[in-house]
Amino acid sequence: MDKFTTLTGVAAPMPLVNIDTDMIIPKQFLKTIQRSGLGKNLFDEMRYTQDGKEIPDFVLNQPAYRNAQIIVAGDNFGCGSSREHAPWALLDFGIRCVISTSFADIFFNNCFKNGILPVVLPQEAVDHLMDDARKGANARITVDLESQTVTASDGTSFKFEVDAFKKHCLLNGLDDIGLTLEKASAIDSFEAKNAALRPWA
Amino acid sequence: MAPRTLYDKIWDDHVVHQAEDGTCLLYIDRHLVHEVTSPQAFEGLRMTGRKVRAPEKTIAVPDHNVPTTQGRENPAQMPEESRIQVAALDKNAKDFGINYYPVTDVRQGIVHIVGPEQGWTLPGMTVVCGDSHTATHGAFGALAHGIGTSEVEHVLATQTLIQKKSKNMKVEITGSLRPGVTAKDITLSVIGATGTAGGTGYVIEYCGQAIRELSMEGRMTVCNMAIEGGARAGLIAPDEKTFAYVMGRPHAPKGAKWEAALAYWKTLFTDEGAHFDKVVTIRGEDIAPVVTWGTSPEDVLPITGVVPAPESFTGGKVDAAKRSLDYMGLQPGQKLTDIAIDTVFIGSCTNGRIEDLRAAAEILKGKKIKVKRAMVVPGSGLVRAQAEEEGLAQIFIDAGFEWRLAGCSMCLAMNPDQLQPGERCAATSNRNFEGRQGRGGRTHLMSPAMAAAAAITGHLTDVRELMGETV
Repeated sequence: MDKFTTLTGVAAPMPLVNIDTDMIIPKQFLKTIQRSGLGKNLFDEMRYTQDGKEIPDFVLNQPAYRNAQIIVAGDNFGCGSSREHAPWALLDFGIRCVISTSFADIFFNNCFKNGILPVVLPQEAVDHLMDDARKGANARITVDLESQTVTASDGTSFKFEVDAFKKHCLLNGLDDIGLTLEKASAIDSFEAKNAALRPWA
Repeated sequence: MAPRTLYDKIWDDHVVHQAEDGTCLLYIDRHLVHEVTSPQAFEGLRMTGRKVRAPEKTIAVPDHNVPTTQGRENPAQMPEESRIQVAALDKNAKDFGINYYPVTDVRQGIVHIVGPEQGWTLPGMTVVCGDSHTATHGAFGALAHGIGTSEVEHVLATQTLIQKKSKNMKVEITGSLRPGVTAKDITLSVIGATGTAGGTGYVIEYCGQAIRELSMEGRMTVCNMAIEGGARAGLIAPDEKTFAYVMGRPHAPKGAKWEAALAYWKTLFTDEGAHFDKVVTIRGEDIAPVVTWGTSPEDVLPITGVVPAPESFTGGKVDAAKRSLDYMGLQPGQKLTDIAIDTVFIGSCTNGRIEDLRAAAEILKGKKIKVKRAMVVPGSGLVRAQAEEEGLAQIFIDAGFEWRLAGCSMCLAMNPDQLQPGERCAATSNRNFEGRQGRGGRTHLMSPAMAAAAAITGHLTDVRELMGETV
């Protein structure tokens, strides 16, 4: 997993609430057995017509946002299916950070496993950043994980909360399976205890 | 010890390690696996030379991608990509020595129906799967939730998950349901009341008389859609119905182990005075048969209602409702019962169990469908066999339904079972998102009885009218 430290980039405004993982990556692209290559199908049904032509109105098809690295989104982003193909598609497109008032639980966790930072901010802050994002490629937003701040193009800065362990893993690009395997003896002793207490499990 | 909720108790019994900041390593008792969200996880194990830590606790079944038509054991029936994905699961199950139900096995079916059916899911367990509807297993008083593929790999390698504890939420359904109202109407009504983010950050415990009065099948329907309300998991405390359902199943404990298990399971309830961070109470008598009108599961209304005006909402929901109505081809003020239906889909992990098929067949008996297409996709090969034995299959076939083999089918439309653009479907599944059942397809969620009612009238219908019930 790539580290996430700081990021300055163009943010695409997606004010729609409840953007679900079926929108982010429709099911026909879940047949892959790989993690890569999904970026071209990110938001497929919003981005392309049935015969594969770009829909010019869609935000990521507009010249200002074709290289967006951040999405500022409406409430409850990533709801629905547990498909990790959603963050894989975002990452493959080049999105490293999504900012919203709230995220669905599984999607939120999946982001951290892939070097994407989901930032939760209050409505007023998201509104401010949404306005900023609407200005296009000239308004670049800076996200600093170490200091836990998002800074708009006018210099207004917003502090966000992030779980300390998740922050540590993201800052250092750590593989958490490796970290857990360091606790193998704790797992061994849990299993031994469990076998006595709940032998049916 | 301070009074604890059911969630607190299951959590406490599975903590392997707790860090100072509260991050826990949680032990996982059962890991269910399907073909779509697992190939990259097994590949990760191969690349790092890691093994599956507890293959005996890992159960795999292909369901999302498989055809539901006869002759599907012939791989040539599947599109190339689907065939490769199912073949990858075949190989991974064999290479890593995990329990497996291939499509040729009568026990194959939707992973969340197979788990309970085979007795893998037991009260007090932690159950995960790379699928958001893992919440289903909460009906047994098991802490069950969906995970992403990276976490699938983590569980395969370590049999644990890194977790922070969620908050406790109680959803109480008091009193009894009225005739024609089902578990599906409960779970949709709760989401209608709390919204799709109302449960975010919580584990929900469903309780109250109306929940107690549900069968295990009904309880699975309720918990299944906890995720649609944003919750990490849904739970129902086990009781005599739970124990009766579990007893004698292939992987349920037997003899002395059964007795020991039963004694433990009887401790799995929320203590008097335990703290809930959020409480929602709904009167069972107030719940009507409901349908969804929009493209979010929170867009729920009683079937007696009309399509709402977007202006009746606030905030971002105004624009979302406009977009939904445009996508759904509906006008504000239109009576829900005037909405014509093209396709009926009965099945899914929400409503693909035997009781669901019985409820639909009861309405369909001796009738003919008035829709273009109707299909029943049993949740497992065993559900299918039982429905055939009970004569339900013949009722569906006589009514004009297609009688399919088990799988996820048109719930997510990964296989060829899809809606065409603009087609409108009465579905017993769990998501009405844009494009969910096929690009441009329009989904109305409802109970099996309501879907059957729509099938024979050709439009959304109040099932109570067909039952001779006064509304």
